[in-house]
Amino acid sequence: MNIHEYQAKALLKEYGAPVADGLPIFSADEAGAVAEKLGGPLWVVKSQIHAGGRGKGKFKEESAGEKGGVRLAFSKEEVIEFVGQMLGATLVTNQTGEAGKQVNRIYIEDGADIDRELYLSILVDRTSGRVAFVVSTEGGMDIEAVAEETPDKILTVPINPDAGVTADNAIALCDALKLEGTARDDGMHLFPILYKAFVEKDMSLLEINPLIVMENQRLRVLDAKVSFDGNALFRHPDVMALRDKTEEDAKEIEASKYDLAYVALDGNIGCMVNGAGLAMATMDIIKLYGAEPANFLDVGGGASVEKVTAAFKIITSDPNVKGILVNIFGGIMRCDVIAQGVLTAVQEVGLEVPLVVRLEGTRVEEGKKLIAESDLNVIPADDLNDAAQKIVAAVKGA
Amino acid sequence: MSILVNKDTKIIVQGLTGKTGTFHTEQALNYFGTKMVAGVHPKKGGETWSSGVECAAELPIFANVKEAKDATGATASVIYVPPAGAAAAIIEAIDAGVEFITCITEGIPVVDMVKVKQRLENSDSRLLGPNCPGVLTPEECKIGIMPGSIFKKGSVGIVSRSGTLTYEAVFQTTNEGLGQTTAVGIGGDPVKGTEFIDVLDLFLDDPETESIIMIGEIGGSAEEDAAEWLKEQAKKGRKKPMVGFIAGRTAPPGRTMGHAGAVISGGKGGAEDKIAAMESAGIRVSPSPASLGTTLVDLLKGK
Repeated sequence: MNIHEYQAKALLKEYGAPVADGLPIFSADEAGAVAEKLGGPLWVVKSQIHAGGRGKGKFKEESAGEKGGVRLAFSKEEVIEFVGQMLGATLVTNQTGEAGKQVNRIYIEDGADIDRELYLSILVDRTSGRVAFVVSTEGGMDIEAVAEETPDKILTVPINPDAGVTADNAIALCDALKLEGTARDDGMHLFPILYKAFVEKDMSLLEINPLIVMENQRLRVLDAKVSFDGNALFRHPDVMALRDKTEEDAKEIEASKYDLAYVALDGNIGCMVNGAGLAMATMDIIKLYGAEPANFLDVGGGASVEKVTAAFKIITSDPNVKGILVNIFGGIMRCDVIAQGVLTAVQEVGLEVPLVVRLEGTRVEEGKKLIAESDLNVIPADDLNDAAQKIVAAVKGA
Repeated sequence: MSILVNKDTKIIVQGLTGKTGTFHTEQALNYFGTKMVAGVHPKKGGETWSSGVECAAELPIFANVKEAKDATGATASVIYVPPAGAAAAIIEAIDAGVEFITCITEGIPVVDMVKVKQRLENSDSRLLGPNCPGVLTPEECKIGIMPGSIFKKGSVGIVSRSGTLTYEAVFQTTNEGLGQTTAVGIGGDPVKGTEFIDVLDLFLDDPETESIIMIGEIGGSAEEDAAEWLKEQAKKGRKKPMVGFIAGRTAPPGRTMGHAGAVISGGKGGAEDKIAAMESAGIRVSPSPASLGTTLVDLLKGK
């Protein structure tokens, strides 16, 4: 789960990380009072959307002006003007896709005098199986480009979970970031704080790009991107409360209610599969036969009839879907449960597009029998190849 | 021969008394009499678990893993404990000195797994999973949730990050008449116990494993690491015919595809890089998940 920059900064501030004073606003008439409260003389007016590249982004609407999604204001009037232009407008960045994202929240914070821009992130390093810091002196840039062009400028420091961030770890990070004097003292203090926040809040990514050294040689978190481990949200109701559903696909929200792993895609063949690997492979084979999947959907192990019914409804609610492929290889998942779920769903919501069902594994005979004995227009398939070819043919013939 | 488990492996079930644990323990008992010997439940020690299926087995329940292990001589455990308590269950098994621990549970917080991983490194235990389907040696032993009916004793070793794609590989090699020595699902989480290289090492050592199918997916670099390792082994003369597959060619970057570990992030972990790495290590990569069996047959015939 992702949160907005202003939420991430508030959270880091609770842990004692240095962030600028700032306030979020949700409507344009709040802008003047917030600008007044912060006091200036320099304000940063920042669009809050769950996508990066905001500064270099462009608004679709002419009324939003030529500037990007992050703007420097030198007067209260300018703050009010920028908020009026940006709020409600659609920001397109290199991460939003062409459709862009509507800006519903704006964060206004105090400006800072920047001496140097650094990069810092914390993530789970799979190779070491540990939480690790990734730092670079090349802040404010696309870290992927830095990794590609100058990998020697990036240092990864895995942290021993029993020991936490040791003095040696912090010194290594300070050295890599070339921190001296006051900035070094700030660093030694900051790194353990960030690690504590990451572990206690079950984050999956904490990215500070840039972390700045100000002209007074103090460190400050200038931007913050935080994602949380979806598997750990059950123990963080405070984090759950930060969820902004306007940033999510409606079908994905519905799917999450039923604990279904669903990702909306652009194609026209809806897929319902058990197992993440098989669900991806089903998308791949649809593509291999010349069509495009409309979604990724893993109904998971041990799904109930209700869950399968919900999955089926979500797939059919997508107007792009011109055919459906149900592909089940039962381990935990029993084929008769899937079959019953599909039948129940079809009875409830109707079936207006071709449906191919391929069942294999636990209780496959019972499942196939249920489908065969129903009077629904279901196209049975023997294996994955057969299933993929049949649904692609059915959709193309339609 | 087989790897990891055989007809003599004695297994404790952590989380036996739940619905999932009960269902799959019954299935295991019915699979060539897999030696499920005990259950563990902190509040039900001294009670007895009864199977509802034809074999009408009963298993003793112990209050903790240590007691269950001491009383039964079990060397393995399988975990069906819900996510919030699963990491603690793994650590309990490690502390009890269980040699081979399989964790089926999906959805364990990754920070918990980081702690488990640290504990594993300072122990002699091997962990398979979490978020995996387990391991099955045909006609001998079934740990986990794989459907036993699709297996056939034979010569192919199968290792996979995906549960259901493991079944595809099993099903197809059975249909081709090749059968399996052992199938191992290593699981879809980013931080896990057993990795590809660990399993490949065992398959290369196993005289009855004549060929190997390896199934990866997007995210991380475990497939690339395994490919590099295989190249080194080949230089030492350790090599077997291999077919590979990578799921997620059509997955969009930045989105987690069901498995917590299946995400292309920071421009890394895409399918094409993994396929290229596998091919450079001499693995024949199947273009379709439906052609794993036929691709292997072609490879073995020298086509």
